[in-house]
Amino acid sequence: MIKAILIFNNHGKPRLIRFYQYFAEDMQQQIIRETFHLVSKRDDNVCNFLEGGSLIGGSDYKLIYRHYATLYFVFCVDSSESELGILDLIQVFVETLDKCFENVCELDLIFHMDKVHYILQEVVMGGMVLETNMNEIVAQVEVQNRMEKSEGGLSAAPARAVSAVKNMNLPEIPRNINIGDINIKVPSLSPF
Amino acid sequence: MSDVVEKTLTALPSLLSLDPQPGSAKLSSTSKLGNLIRAITELTSKHEEEKLIQCELVSLKEQISSPNTSMRQMKELMVRAIYCEMLGYEASFSYIHAIKLAQQGTVLEKRVGYLAVSLFLNESHELLLLLVNTVLKDLQSTNLIEVCMALTVVSQIFPKDMIPAILPLVEEKLNHPKEIIRRKAVLALYKFYLIAPNQVQHIHNKFRKALCDRDPGVMTASLHIYLQMIQENPEGYKDLTASFVTILKQVVGGKLPMDFNYHSVPAPWLQIQLLRILSLLGKNDQSTSETMYEVLDESIRRAEMNHNITYAILYECVKCIYTIHPKSELLEKAAKCIGNFVMSPKINLKYLGLKALTYVVQQDPKLALQHQMTIIECLDHPDLIIKRETLELLFRITNGQNVTVIVEKMLEFLRMSKDDYTTIDLVGKVAELAEKYPFEYYNALCFLFSVGGDMMQPDIPNSFLKLLSEGFDSVEEDRKLRLFAVDSYVSLLQGEPGKLPQCFLQVISWVLGEYSYLSGDLEPARVLQLLARVLDMKQTSSETKSWVLVAMTKLCESGADVSVAQEVSETFSSSMDTVLRQKAHELQQLSQHSDLRARVLPRGSGSEPLEVDSSLSFLDGFVSEALAAGAAPYKPPHQRQEELAQAKALSLEPYGLSLPINMSSCSNADRQSPTLLSISSGLSGDSTDVLHRGGSTTLKLDGVKRLWGREGYLVPRENVDEAAQIEVPSPLQSPSRQGVADSSHTQASTPTQAPEPEQEKKQLASSLFVGLSSQSSLCLMGKSEPTPQRFRRKAKGHSSSLGAIVQISNSLVSHPTDVDSLLCNNQLGSNITSEQTSELPEGLTNANGTCDGEAKLNDRDTKVQKLSHTGKDGFAAAAPIPYEDPNRNEVFSISSHLPAELSGLSCSEITPLCSNQNLDLSACHVQKDDSVVQVVFITNFSDTSVQQMLLDIHSDQLEVSCASDSRLKDVRSHSVAVCQYFLSVKRPSAHVETVGMVSYQLTDGMRQEVQFSYKLPLTSFIRPLTVSTEEYGTMWLTFSNDTKQNLTLVSDAQEPLAATLNVLKKKLQLHIVEIIDMEGIVACQLLQDQPCLMHCRVHAGKLAVWLRSPVPDLPDCLIYHCQRALQEH
Repeated sequence: MIKAILIFNNHGKPRLIRFYQYFAEDMQQQIIRETFHLVSKRDDNVCNFLEGGSLIGGSDYKLIYRHYATLYFVFCVDSSESELGILDLIQVFVETLDKCFENVCELDLIFHMDKVHYILQEVVMGGMVLETNMNEIVAQVEVQNRMEKSEGGLSAAPARAVSAVKNMNLPEIPRNINIGDINIKVPSLSPF
Repeated sequence: MSDVVEKTLTALPSLLSLDPQPGSAKLSSTSKLGNLIRAITELTSKHEEEKLIQCELVSLKEQISSPNTSMRQMKELMVRAIYCEMLGYEASFSYIHAIKLAQQGTVLEKRVGYLAVSLFLNESHELLLLLVNTVLKDLQSTNLIEVCMALTVVSQIFPKDMIPAILPLVEEKLNHPKEIIRRKAVLALYKFYLIAPNQVQHIHNKFRKALCDRDPGVMTASLHIYLQMIQENPEGYKDLTASFVTILKQVVGGKLPMDFNYHSVPAPWLQIQLLRILSLLGKNDQSTSETMYEVLDESIRRAEMNHNITYAILYECVKCIYTIHPKSELLEKAAKCIGNFVMSPKINLKYLGLKALTYVVQQDPKLALQHQMTIIECLDHPDLIIKRETLELLFRITNGQNVTVIVEKMLEFLRMSKDDYTTIDLVGKVAELAEKYPFEYYNALCFLFSVGGDMMQPDIPNSFLKLLSEGFDSVEEDRKLRLFAVDSYVSLLQGEPGKLPQCFLQVISWVLGEYSYLSGDLEPARVLQLLARVLDMKQTSSETKSWVLVAMTKLCESGADVSVAQEVSETFSSSMDTVLRQKAHELQQLSQHSDLRARVLPRGSGSEPLEVDSSLSFLDGFVSEALAAGAAPYKPPHQRQEELAQAKALSLEPYGLSLPINMSSCSNADRQSPTLLSISSGLSGDSTDVLHRGGSTTLKLDGVKRLWGREGYLVPRENVDEAAQIEVPSPLQSPSRQGVADSSHTQASTPTQAPEPEQEKKQLASSLFVGLSSQSSLCLMGKSEPTPQRFRRKAKGHSSSLGAIVQISNSLVSHPTDVDSLLCNNQLGSNITSEQTSELPEGLTNANGTCDGEAKLNDRDTKVQKLSHTGKDGFAAAAPIPYEDPNRNEVFSISSHLPAELSGLSCSEITPLCSNQNLDLSACHVQKDDSVVQVVFITNFSDTSVQQMLLDIHSDQLEVSCASDSRLKDVRSHSVAVCQYFLSVKRPSAHVETVGMVSYQLTDGMRQEVQFSYKLPLTSFIRPLTVSTEEYGTMWLTFSNDTKQNLTLVSDAQEPLAATLNVLKKKLQLHIVEIIDMEGIVACQLLQDQPCLMHCRVHAGKLAVWLRSPVPDLPDCLIYHCQRALQEH
């Protein structure tokens, strides 16, 4: 289970906070602070896993994080998750963000917090990994975006059209796109 | 980096100029959110931010609650509220509006609403109830996006008790034509399974269907569920092994569509999941393991590409190979993989390599030898996480020869570590090692106290003192150790005691007080001075001061000492702290009267058990005199409180009310009709009234004994099993695994020549890995070892003193029922333990619960029940196999003799009863709907057959009738005879026992007898009683035996009452009739129609329970089991 996903910048400013286990508001803030404290003092040439910390679940709790330019992506997971698997899931998530925002940067995360949440919802659902295939995630998000566009134009349209959109079904998602080759591009995340 | 800068530069003006710009980062800079964010980033201090956000919140609140705000605006406001919440400012006013938005908005607005709800609310938030209808509506919607949103929110925040409302709809979604919906539904059901497994019991078949889904995505999602279920019960899913293997084969073989590839690895996450499942299935199961060797081999072979994710797969493969039944070929490959991990320059892989090594080293310690140099290097790694992992690994390979070096390394790390968590963890490990290898131990602990200081768990110093006082095996060594302790502590105190942590000072003062006489040339006066210095220090806490004062009391003997003592006691006799004042007075008195001191604090008595008359029997005369003179009998605090509460307010309890509570079995004649008493509750609550009304002295005395019996007597249950259960044998290694690695590695890694620092490392290596190559001295501490007992101690006369107490109290009670004594025992179990260990002053308590053995038994019961339950559901019927039983095979084979008509019913663990040279007896009991059957298995393991065997079972508390012909003619050699007996309860008691005897004739004509007894809990006879509330009301008034008790509520649930009752329902098979607000009524019956009713009320954080039944003693027994069930929970 993933217990929490935290994204904050180099100064510890939260950019996206998603808890999958209940913590009181002040506890959440404390977790963010301490996590930042733990993660930020680690160099880039040490491992991406952190154990210990008594905040979430004690010994059965691990931080797996990646540092991109100005942002830290931290996943708090329990022992049932594969470390390297999560590490690559973060990569998938970031690459997806990059695709959806066309060169994602910290600003995108700030101003489109809600959209980032929607994208995340397609990757992780209730603490469980839902989808790891980037194309699939992007496709799901695009379906929603399309709806957004049409609804935007529909605000004054006749009711008939509205109901047409409401009854719209998702198109079959093409499954034949190959991701191509590997070189992971670290998306440029600019500071604000 | 120029890219980054450029982008920021282009983005910023767009923000500042409020110019809407097209493009991906199209920031709605005109929006309020944009303004807010901009304002925040311009701020410099936290304080300003706070002010700004507070303003923002005020304006948000105003706009949100304004009736003119359109849904569209609301959407925007909600995002701002989310932003404020993320920064840690509460926007609770918006919660209800978030729900409204989810309810009424269009799809897009709904989306924001749902997001806000799932971020704002938690599982126990009351507003969540308002969401149920919305979710129900959206689940039925034709719009896929709405369905998706509903499923997401359901899996995010829905609590246990709301699941039934939506479960059918979610279930339906498993058949949805769209795969994304099916996938989300599966995950939602998995979430339900996690929080309320019982509620999704019935859809296990549908999970199977999901596993066979034509879409790989849905199949992947279902693996979450299977991983969980197999973890809980691997036996139940063995039949699926072949399917999992096939799936993995297909995945590895690249049969999935290309777009499942991640960096050209086919569905890596799916592979990881499957490998985990396989390792669970193949654990300790050779035949199952054999089916997966091929695919594991294939997986390893294919995962050769140099990418992170392939390493993730490899790591799982390695773990799997070492978990399942070993195969040498695969082990070799796995070992090579581990080597690659450990040697890798990539630090993440090194970390995992160490982890794998830690895991593997339990089975194959030689593997560590191969990599010893790498491990040594890791010890000096700059990354603390790697270092810690290395220490963890070393901890596993500790043996008698290398323990000193390893402990040293750990202490070295401790000295540097600043992280609390690591320190606590490591301190625990060192203490554990110290316990295993006592002789290395003393110095390490001494050091631990000064390093770990006040951060370590309090039981470490406690058990250290305990060990010191109880001693090891030789008197001389004990003396030496104690002397050493005294000497080193004196020198520590002479140094700078101000730097020592408090708990260490406490240890020091205890040791000095107890043992400083051992050191001949140490003047007590000198010690007193040193201790007085500690008292004078500013940073000494008052707790430490009281330790010091006690130590001084033990020490002052001669005149010279007395002056110091007097001085100290004068200072503290006016202390504000009452404990200190008390100790100071003790010191003053005892320092003046040395005879008295010698009697109160005899020297070297630390290890002798004190005789504690826990029943306070010496007061009995006083009590009965006082009662005869008309004093009110003692009432326990909870009763007093309850009465107080009742006296204050008019009771609104249903069903009339309110009888004298504490008389567990008052007869009908004593009672007044409940209608008469129903309002005057203040009066009726007082049990004294009844006693006086009763008049005769005998009755009074009776009452006295009851009351004292309930609270005063401590009858420690003699739990024979307990001792056996503490020392759980560590899992044995399978010899075949040991044999795999060949010893040549040791030689291979010893070089002929090496440069100097290398040489040092080699030396370190040789001292670290010594003893690993020879199998005999191998000492492993597996992770699987259940709850390592810190600090072994010798069993010292405890059992005898225990027995004495039992006898004393038994002789005092005139006619105590079994229930009472058990009940007392249970309530005061913790007191008993603390009193037994009160041989150590200052409350060094031993945390061994006395109820362990019993609790475990029950636990097993439920597990077995679970097993057979899944069997009923059409899954592979699992035979009830006891857990962790060393004689597993034997018991298993016995269980196959269980009569066919009883299989599938809830059956207890088969317990061995007794055995002699010919026969082996074991028994179990089976709960049928209308009866309980005891099944006795008689195994004749001798080579001669047994003739004219007679089995006779009887019981004081039970009626026993034989189901089949009890006269068994003969039992052939190496065969098993089975007898069944129907049991019914004559006289309820918390635990009932049957006593039996087998007599038989051998071929030589000699008649032999074997006796045995079998104990089973009363709960086996309890069945739910289904009645309506009205029926319950009438029954309640007609029952005469009652008991009241306060029970603890299940505190972690959101609805404590319902949760508590559910626990009881599950464990004791009670029937919950109704729950109204803070009250609940529950009914059950003892077999053969002996009902018992229970009324529960939440009162002052407790559950006030009132039981009534026509059967004497039944309420008491039941309450005992209720307590038990809740304690276990």
